[in-house]
Amino acid sequence: MSHIKEGSHGILWEVFIQSKPGIPHKHAGNVHAHHAEEALTNARDVYTRRMEGVSIWVIPANLVTASAGEDSDAFFDPAEDKVYRHPTFYTVPEGVKYL
Amino acid sequence: MEEQEKLARFQERIDSGQKIEPKDWMPERYRKQLTRMISQHAHSEIVGMLPEGNWITRAPSLRRKVALLAKVQDEAGHGLYLYSAVETLGVTREDVINEYLEGRAKYSSIFNYPTLTWADIGAIGWLVDGAAIINQTMLARGSYGPYSRAMVRICKEESFHNRQGYEIIYTLAQGTPEQKKMAQDALNRWWQPAIQMVGPPDDNSPNSAETMRWQIKVESNDVIRQRFIDRTVPQAHAAGLTIPDDQLKFNEETGHWETGPIDWDEFWRVVKGNGPCNRKRIQDRINAEREGQWVLEAAAAYAKKQGKKQLTLTE
Repeated sequence: MSHIKEGSHGILWEVFIQSKPGIPHKHAGNVHAHHAEEALTNARDVYTRRMEGVSIWVIPANLVTASAGEDSDAFFDPAEDKVYRHPTFYTVPEGVKYL
Repeated sequence: MEEQEKLARFQERIDSGQKIEPKDWMPERYRKQLTRMISQHAHSEIVGMLPEGNWITRAPSLRRKVALLAKVQDEAGHGLYLYSAVETLGVTREDVINEYLEGRAKYSSIFNYPTLTWADIGAIGWLVDGAAIINQTMLARGSYGPYSRAMVRICKEESFHNRQGYEIIYTLAQGTPEQKKMAQDALNRWWQPAIQMVGPPDDNSPNSAETMRWQIKVESNDVIRQRFIDRTVPQAHAAGLTIPDDQLKFNEETGHWETGPIDWDEFWRVVKGNGPCNRKRIQDRINAEREGQWVLEAAAAYAKKQGKKQLTLTE
């Protein structure tokens, strides 16, 4: 007999923490919860016991669409040969400033 | 790609220090070994709360009580990080926990020893967490991304556990003769289990070759054990305590402390389920799940109700 039923801990949520005001939320890990409020309080208890955050986002893990690790080379290929997207691609005449 | 070719490429990635992430291809054995190790580790964090929880209501001061409470709460958090990490390998948390509750999964054998006196709480923080930190600092350099990241977070939190434990032992050791005796008695009982807890010796560790080739573990059990002994012996001496080993000696040439024989029969006896508290630990966890069932049910019912409300709002 199984002690815990499949899914009884709720669904999986991904947790993002903003460590200080003004900087981006960063992925911290995940929690299980039945609903968003529970996910938030669980995330607070699991990931911010030492003041690691000022704001938390939670999102059901099944709503995240991720690029596949296997095909990452091909997927990011379009950016590989676009050196002209960087300022260093362009030459500036000697003595010209603020460019 | 052929299986052999995939395997070679995988080994190359590992050897060049790249982390393996959940969606990457990995050999079935790599997945199995990690699932085994991470779930055992997760169970250990959770079951580790039991011997310490035993003393929360009896801590000798408010300072000691809040510290112990915070430490036990950390262990719960560590269990959660690890259950999350193991889920990235394609198993569910419920499955993994059931394996433990049904006695099919192992956990660190050290938590099958009882905490008889307050000094045992000191000994656990000092010795058990001390050994765990050395082991986990090594595991943090391991090849599987989610496991290694969980280890980094855990190690950051665990150094407080180690210091609070040593403070308890040190304070007792400077106290009345009875208190000093209590500290020494705790060290006497926890020393052997503590030096055993990082695992069997290298020549008798069935999984080591494979887990080291894949850099799940980057140092062997004996190396970790020696590091723990070298750090801990001087800490015991600083507190005026004696390591319970009459063959213990410092080797000037190697710079290492050498111990007498380690009682591996005792280790295997406890791993196989016959330590002083094995059955109690599992029963306590089963009871906790049963008694907490209503909380999960209430949360699920509330979520359902909220879901309905949201549907009405969007209509």
